[in-house]
Amino acid sequence: MYDELGERGFVPVTVALDQSLDAARPYIERAQPKHPALIDTEHVVADLFNIVNVPTMVWIDERGRIVRPNDAQFGTDTFVALTGRPSAPFLAAIRRWVLRGEGAMPAEDVRADQVLPSREQQEARAEFTLAWYLHQRGSAAAAARHFERAGRLAPGDWTIRRGSLPIRGIDSMASEEFLALWQEGVPRYPTRDLPES
Amino acid sequence: MPSERMTLIDEGRVVPLDVTLHGDAVRISPDALAAALGWRLEAQGLCRGDVCVPVRDRAALVSPDGIDLAALARAFDRPLALDADERVAVLGASAAERGARLESLEAPDFALPDLAGRTHALRDQRGKKTLLIAWASW
Repeated sequence: MYDELGERGFVPVTVALDQSLDAARPYIERAQPKHPALIDTEHVVADLFNIVNVPTMVWIDERGRIVRPNDAQFGTDTFVALTGRPSAPFLAAIRRWVLRGEGAMPAEDVRADQVLPSREQQEARAEFTLAWYLHQRGSAAAAARHFERAGRLAPGDWTIRRGSLPIRGIDSMASEEFLALWQEGVPRYPTRDLPES
Repeated sequence: MPSERMTLIDEGRVVPLDVTLHGDAVRISPDALAAALGWRLEAQGLCRGDVCVPVRDRAALVSPDGIDLAALARAFDRPLALDADERVAVLGASAAERGARLESLEAPDFALPDLAGRTHALRDQRGKKTLLIAWASW
């Protein structure tokens, strides 16, 4: 996509919400990206944009304005059987945005669809930061308590609840913990559907 | 009461802080607070440079043992995560502040490293249509 649209004034910026470079490294090395491919071990971007799951896409225009808020879209069809969200309509919408300037939402629609963080959500992020710091320092038991507390404060935030599983030595896909999350339901953003052509 | 060394994480910045502990209450001397975070308690409230934050409940904030960390977080409307046994605390970002920034629709800037350790800021992409993609290996 970047190969095609990079010369038309488009750039993807990928941010891995991963606690270790080595977890993200193989994916990035395989993709050999020419665009910025960043690692966010402290969940800075999750905090700034109120991101609660991955993948999350945000459209930002030439002036640095958000023109389509947080939305779960997929650039490939790897997980389409699970997500029910094929990549083709999304990729077509990106093409129309870049080439024809279509699909940016008016400011009032962006605001209507944005989810702003609650106090509990921000408490959860502080607890997650504390847990991650304690974990890195070797205080695994204390860290686990704060990961749990973070998850209770923000039950709909998978960057906390699922993202903390590998740190705690729990498989993020094949584990009872993940199955329980899956049964609660995948967090969703209320962002309206992509415009059709 | 003898002071102890604590670690405070203030929006990503790791700051050593000399405190006294009273159960789960953490108290900081005004000088230690000013040295670590730059805030001073003045007549108008908590001030740093030209900025002053009013303090509604001064009695909860100030005691003879110093300034109470939890009350400080409340005065700033910021979340506090604390593990007194581990001597670590995190002052997170206020929900109101984060919400107001998102509602402004100006994409909040950040700077993060790539695998080679090179830092990239979102701002660097001004002038382009930018698709921010958060993903993870999990």
